[in-house]
Amino acid sequence: MTTEQTAQATTSRPERSVPKPQFTDAEAGAQEFPDSSASARRYNYYKPAKRKQTHYEDVTVDVQPDPRHYLSQGWIYGFANGEAGYPLNWTKLKAWGVDEPEPVRGIGSGGGGKDLVWPAHGWHEFRDPNEEWEMTFYRYNANVVRQTTQNIENARQAKSFEQWTPNWVHFVERNVGAWMHIEHILGLYVFAAINRSCPTNMHNTAMVVNSMHKIRFAQDLALYNLTLSEEIESFDGSAHVDAWNNDPEWQGVRKVVEALTAVDNDWGEMAFATNVVFEPLLGELFRSNLVMQAAAGNGDFVTPTVIGAGEFDYSQRDLRWTHACFGPLTEDREFAEYNKEIMQGWLAKWVPMCIEAARTMQPLWSQADNKPPRFEDSLDRAKSRFAGIVAELGLETPKELSL
Amino acid sequence: MSRQSLAKAHQKIQELSWEPQYHEPYMKYGTDYTFRKASKKDPLKQVLRSYFPMQEEKDHRVYGASDGAIRGNMFRQVQERWLEWQKLFLSIIPLPEVSAARSMPMLFNVVPNPELHNGQAIQMIDEVRHSTIQQNLKRLYMNNYIDPAGFNNSLRNFHSDYCGTIGRQFAEGFITGDAITAASIYLTIVAETAFTNTLFVAMPAEAAANGDYLLPTVFHSVQSDESRHISNGYATLLMALSDEDNRQLLERDLRYAWWNNHRVVDAAIGTFIEYGTKDRRKDRESYAEMWRRWIYDDYYRSYLIPLEKYGLVIPHDLIEESWKQIWEKGYVHEVAQFFATGWLANYWRIDAMTDEDFEWFEYKYPGWYDKYGAWWENYSRLATPNGHNPIVFEDVDYVYPSRCWTCMVPCLVREDMVMAEVDGVHRTYCHEVCRWTDVEAFRPTYQGRETPNMGRLVGKREWETIYHGWNWADVVEDMGFVRDDGKTMTAQPHLDLNPKKMWTLDHMRRCPPLQSPNVIVNEMDDAGRAAYLADYNRQGPAGRPAPASA
Ligand SMILES: [Fe+2]
Ligand SMILES: [Fe+2]
Ligand SMILES: [Zn+2]
Repeated sequence: MTTEQTAQATTSRPERSVPKPQFTDAEAGAQEFPDSSASARRYNYYKPAKRKQTHYEDVTVDVQPDPRHYLSQGWIYGFANGEAGYPLNWTKLKAWGVDEPEPVRGIGSGGGGKDLVWPAHGWHEFRDPNEEWEMTFYRYNANVVRQTTQNIENARQAKSFEQWTPNWVHFVERNVGAWMHIEHILGLYVFAAINRSCPTNMHNTAMVVNSMHKIRFAQDLALYNLTLSEEIESFDGSAHVDAWNNDPEWQGVRKVVEALTAVDNDWGEMAFATNVVFEPLLGELFRSNLVMQAAAGNGDFVTPTVIGAGEFDYSQRDLRWTHACFGPLTEDREFAEYNKEIMQGWLAKWVPMCIEAARTMQPLWSQADNKPPRFEDSLDRAKSRFAGIVAELGLETPKELSL
Repeated sequence: MSRQSLAKAHQKIQELSWEPQYHEPYMKYGTDYTFRKASKKDPLKQVLRSYFPMQEEKDHRVYGASDGAIRGNMFRQVQERWLEWQKLFLSIIPLPEVSAARSMPMLFNVVPNPELHNGQAIQMIDEVRHSTIQQNLKRLYMNNYIDPAGFNNSLRNFHSDYCGTIGRQFAEGFITGDAITAASIYLTIVAETAFTNTLFVAMPAEAAANGDYLLPTVFHSVQSDESRHISNGYATLLMALSDEDNRQLLERDLRYAWWNNHRVVDAAIGTFIEYGTKDRRKDRESYAEMWRRWIYDDYYRSYLIPLEKYGLVIPHDLIEESWKQIWEKGYVHEVAQFFATGWLANYWRIDAMTDEDFEWFEYKYPGWYDKYGAWWENYSRLATPNGHNPIVFEDVDYVYPSRCWTCMVPCLVREDMVMAEVDGVHRTYCHEVCRWTDVEAFRPTYQGRETPNMGRLVGKREWETIYHGWNWADVVEDMGFVRDDGKTMTAQPHLDLNPKKMWTLDHMRRCPPLQSPNVIVNEMDDAGRAAYLADYNRQGPAGRPAPASA
């Protein structure tokens, strides 16, 4: 091509149709007018829990409105029975203000929010101390799965599974395997389930995060089980299903787990019974006081890292929000005594079930070649951990604990 | 993870599915649908070992772009006309997202296929992602865009705003009533499968054309989760179809969900894309063209019609009718005109249309100028306070419309308005299908069949009625749409931020009181109402009064 031709080709090429950027000078501070100051640059429709609004609060608080807060036209869809939105009586627990009537709207009523003092009831005071929202929960869980995968991969390459004692192989395939079902059921049918029924957007975000910990941990265990069946010749990758369905040691705890999903219309009881009662008395009993204690003695340095990730979810994250959610209710300015009574009732109901289930697990303590601490010692530790959690919530240790 | 190990992992996590032995989970949410134990498997089993790092990686890109936008002074090039409408859009959208999260477990109760529950739970997590990432985007706009008013109080405003509540259907419709109607048909089969394309693909493209490349970054990232959600819905739909008894309900729910999505989403997104843009290149697609491509071709012809062979009754008539509303009856133009008529009841600034806009509209929608041109010229003329009142009170050949009780958009295509008496109240509906939705579909029986789980349309659904008889200054103050000097309004019918050009509560104070057409129509006797209806049906287009009868 000659230079002339090139020039021609360039000029005759049809102009591409693309939007043209324009200088608009629409950036903060370009002009002064009412609301142009820095103080107008914050979400001003809610009161932060502490002095400063947090990033977490900005992205969660008030996304879900309340008929007592700005919802001037009320809920616009109802269930057949007349309930709508997020009824506050979907738990027996009460936070101050819930018995106050909703504003009545109608012809010429206006938005109805004028004389309401906000937050209109105590449920809106809940904040997740872990401050979880999408950025944090993906970072956290991505780190956990990366670390877990790496630990297992390192162990595989170091051939460390070969050091396991034969009975320990059996123990892991059946019992550590059986635990995956528990996490899965609690993740889906307790925490995901109640993400519909709890009252505020801060609650449901916390439920979702708790749920994803459990579902992830269940899958961590399942995929660990898969690796073991590939790495250890005698490892039976389907034994966990048989153990879960048939081993008498697992039927007591299975009964409790299934009962947790069956709680009659009370998201509060479901979350409370799971994280305050089940987790310390059965979850930590098995994970911390059996598996974590027994593994090393049987040549296993890997299982504790997998189990430990789930243990950390509960003790460092899920228990924290649970405490922030239920603790204030026992000191509620209107319903403290009432709530204590409800929660003591729940303790009286769930503690004996859990203790009974713990005792049916007892034979697991003698399955490994290299024995863990005695069952009674493990149970005592679980009980005192539980008693501590209960005391921190402002509740009495139930007499059923001594069963 | 390698493809092979991922396949094995999928297989493995199926071992987690649970058959209750001692206690069944509590059934909180009901449905009138029935499901035999269908063998349909979860089409996309999500393994969290790959899901979490994948989502984290997407996040990195979004937050990286956010930092880049600020460092690159993106807001020096953002069109205010566009970003003002984001005050409405970004107030609404985080709520539907988190409502979608909350709706997922309603399906656990009623769809007896544990393989599906895993996918639904992952969708729940995605939806929390969407809600909070959008709240975060809005926060960034508030911090960096010239006018934070409206962003800074958006979650208060949109619940009291005169068009905000329309958008709430797109949230409450997911979480209330019959679990399948709400969380599967309305949310997944129609809202996600059909309308997220206009929401999350077409609209971001328009944002980019207006100097905002952050909205596309965030919303494409959101949209990349949608295919999994669509698969969840598809699997549930096939299960439902395998039971003959469900077909009548599926037909009902598709009609309702289709029509309501059309009424609500096309109203909002159509307005943003056509009236919120400065990009008037003739070869850029109009909303009608986008609709034809994304919704008519991609959804209707490629997704819905193939389902006919499984016995799904498709609302062909309503799809054609929606197209007719957009193409022939000016639905989007009528809505934009209404939103601008009531600018004073909003919390963002609405720019006037210029000659360049007129030319584009006329090119894309021949005949547009004759219908809407004069009204928009009046809008410009009345934009800054100069002794006159806001346009809604001035004589510009516009009859303020009554509200549709069902879709909550006013009855704007005047000839289609119908009425019905329900529980002693005369309700107005924008269209026969909206009447049917309220009077026939959302009822405890449907065509003689018991539907005890069907939801109800409740609440104070006519914004005007709540403020009937109020002085406008009090209305605006009650809603809180006032700037930090205590008197300048958040909303303006122009983009000039010179305080001397801005409307204040003092201007509102001298306006006539707010009158709800729906209250007035109920004060009439039957003859008066019949005359009102007959006159109403002869009004329009562009809200013009009925011609004097010959
Ligand atoms: Fe979403
Ligand atoms: Fe979605
Ligand atoms: Zn309607």
